[in-house]
Amino acid sequence: MPSAALLGQSVLSGIFIGALYGLLGLGLSLSWGMLRQVNLAHFALAFLGGYLTYQLGVAKVDPFVTLALTVPAFFALGMALHWFLSRFAVTLLNTLLVTFGLTSIIEALIQWYWTADFHRMESAYAALRWKLGPLFVSLTDLITLGFAAALSLGMWGLLRFTDLGKAIRATTEDAPIAAAFGVNEKLLAYLLSGLAGAFAAIAGVCLALNHTLAPVQIYAWMGVVFAAVMMGGLGSPLGPLVAGVVIGVSEALTMALTAPTWAPLVSFSLLIGLLLLRPARF
Amino acid sequence: MKGALALCAALFCALPFAGLPAFYESFLYLLLHAIVLATSWNLLSGYSGYFSFGHGAFFGIGVYTTAALAGRLGWPFLWTLPLAALAAAALGAGLGAVVFRVRALRGELFALLTLAITFVLATVALNTVDGGPGIQVMVDVPKITPTASGFLYLLMLGAAALTLWTAYAMAHSRFGTGLFAIRDDEDVAEVMGVPTYRFKLAAFAISCALAGLAGGIHAIFVSYVTVAETFSIALAVNVVLMSALGGTRHWLGPAVGAVAITVLLYAFTGGEAAVIGRALSGLILIIVIVAMPEGILGQILKRFRRRELPRSARKGSEVSVQITTRALGEPLLVVQGLTKAFKGVQALAGANLEVRRGEILGLVGPNGSGKSTLINLVSGHYRADGGSIRFEGRELAGIPAHRIARAGIARTYQIPRPFPQLTVLQNVALPPMFGQVVMDRAAAAREAWRWLEFTNLGDKANSYPGELNLHQRKFLELARALAARPKLIFLDEVLSGLTPLEMDGALRLIRAIREQGASVVFVEHVMRAVMELADRVVVLTYGRAIAAGMPLDVMRHPEVVSAYLGAAHV
Repeated sequence: MPSAALLGQSVLSGIFIGALYGLLGLGLSLSWGMLRQVNLAHFALAFLGGYLTYQLGVAKVDPFVTLALTVPAFFALGMALHWFLSRFAVTLLNTLLVTFGLTSIIEALIQWYWTADFHRMESAYAALRWKLGPLFVSLTDLITLGFAAALSLGMWGLLRFTDLGKAIRATTEDAPIAAAFGVNEKLLAYLLSGLAGAFAAIAGVCLALNHTLAPVQIYAWMGVVFAAVMMGGLGSPLGPLVAGVVIGVSEALTMALTAPTWAPLVSFSLLIGLLLLRPARF
Repeated sequence: MKGALALCAALFCALPFAGLPAFYESFLYLLLHAIVLATSWNLLSGYSGYFSFGHGAFFGIGVYTTAALAGRLGWPFLWTLPLAALAAAALGAGLGAVVFRVRALRGELFALLTLAITFVLATVALNTVDGGPGIQVMVDVPKITPTASGFLYLLMLGAAALTLWTAYAMAHSRFGTGLFAIRDDEDVAEVMGVPTYRFKLAAFAISCALAGLAGGIHAIFVSYVTVAETFSIALAVNVVLMSALGGTRHWLGPAVGAVAITVLLYAFTGGEAAVIGRALSGLILIIVIVAMPEGILGQILKRFRRRELPRSARKGSEVSVQITTRALGEPLLVVQGLTKAFKGVQALAGANLEVRRGEILGLVGPNGSGKSTLINLVSGHYRADGGSIRFEGRELAGIPAHRIARAGIARTYQIPRPFPQLTVLQNVALPPMFGQVVMDRAAAAREAWRWLEFTNLGDKANSYPGELNLHQRKFLELARALAARPKLIFLDEVLSGLTPLEMDGALRLIRAIREQGASVVFVEHVMRAVMELADRVVVLTYGRAIAAGMPLDVMRHPEVVSAYLGAAHV
């Protein structure tokens, strides 16, 4: 049995990694639940954002300054993707395939420019760590958690309390009826897809701050994040974060208690269990 | 045709003895490998529409079965191949047995679930059999051919032949037809008598077995297996790409796509070019999905379809209908105390209904009175909360819809639900294959022609349902229900939306149906039709039958009047 400090540290790191799952899942969940698009390319976009952060970091640009560039750019990319998918009336299942094709293209692009090697960003933030009792906390982890919580809560507030949010929820329920009541559902769809793209850019910065980057890593995140999205409930703004943290902590504890190689089993066991026990959720 | 096929087979078999450079054997091996994987994937995913992203997992099970048994334990590797297939099939069937019970797990959820299975199996394999470093599989292959790669080529050739034969045989059988129907509309397929659960399970097991077999052979070919290389998502996606490119609706489509993609990727191997190859395959995937959903082969075959109208087959079968005239008027279907609630809305609150042999029963009632729910319960589409449904003395409540169809009950849908990607003829030929008397495909097609003539749809036999107008689609619904030769047929508002002229035709048709020996229950709002046709009328309101009897008597019944017009205030 590992010590209490080790378990505590495990739970803490689980929360932080779970926050990143939630952050990556937020954009996916919105486009899946509200636009009926399963956007696998979200991961590739996030990594593209991460690589851009890394590249500008090499040129001594602060990651937060990078955001000012990548967020609008990725907002536009998200809208462009939505234009393409709606222009050709791609069905839900086919969005999975089309965005997988897009993932391959972006992956190839990344590999061509940055090679297949691992890259790790050096930044001033990474050096900042604090000791809270027996536990260590790093600034980059807190930044990720902050972004994830702020965006999830912000999105929740937007959907819950504003007229815009009400219009979005109405469109999700029944787009033609919402349109008949004067909601510009096409514009809202572009707004949502743009937001999903922007979230990918922000997740990219967090990826670059906390993790090593390599083209193959794009696929490593897919399974877990999808598990978080599906567990959290499609289209739910807070669901991915909550489910992500649950998965993250379970994984971290599994790693501490058994071998690290067993960790991937946790999220999928949770997901499969949920699919079988509560299929009505989906 | 047969001669050409035999010559081809002989040529392919003779290849390893021709003394070609080993490169050709390896390349052809990889080509066949891709054909086996893509075609086997298609058996479940293309035929029944359940897109699996987990084909890499089942392939991987095969790889690791052979690697562990032949590489670690030193078993003779030819013996491990059937075990590799069996292990993969068992896993697929086990997974299917759980997943296919859940109605919601279709489409993208099934795709993502199978994707997840790949990760799960990779983790399990890494932590158990493999242990981390991978497994060396060095075995002596039988020295039948000059080179070892030649022997593996022959093995994979055998696997490819087996796979293609399976794909062909399935596509041209009841089994395949049932799967195609599942792809188009699973609920309707079940109501038409297709045992959907069993079919999906069998297709999944066969698909996995063939992937496992390919995996077993491949373990020897690569001679060193690792988890990362084996359980790859890339394989699963390539397989989807190949099948989509070639065409998922045809048994040969995936093989065409497999050849195209393998040749293409081969042109871009090594270093920089591999990256371009990956981007290119991504681009092709997007273009194929968006621009040619039917794939290369589908596109080509579409060109030819217009020209060949099988007029020769247009001979209605002379099979006479055995009219079971025994005891006209005895109760055929007895529904008692049937209840069904949808989240607090009590759609049926103890409905009673009796249908007698040989009668036309009109079922009327205001909107929301539970007429359609009643049909949905009797046909097995929904499960009743309580009450009993006895048909010819047998209890039907709670048994699967396909067995109800087999017992002799057919139905139409208020909004026609034809299988959109089957031709009109194929639509109508489906129920006879799964009805009371199971017919083979040829007999079913003859039967279908009979009912197409009966409903005047003969000219449209080779059209797709999307090309029909509403009136024709309603008649297609009728023809499809009749082709099952039911003892009892439920017609759910077949007349609504028809012009008066079309309605006259429909009324004649319904009378003719009874003359063929079936009892008819028809749900209708068009009172003229009800009064003209029905022997008896039953009125439903608020989920309960409030009156039953001769049409004129029932219509004067005070409760019926108030249900339709409200209470009198004079």
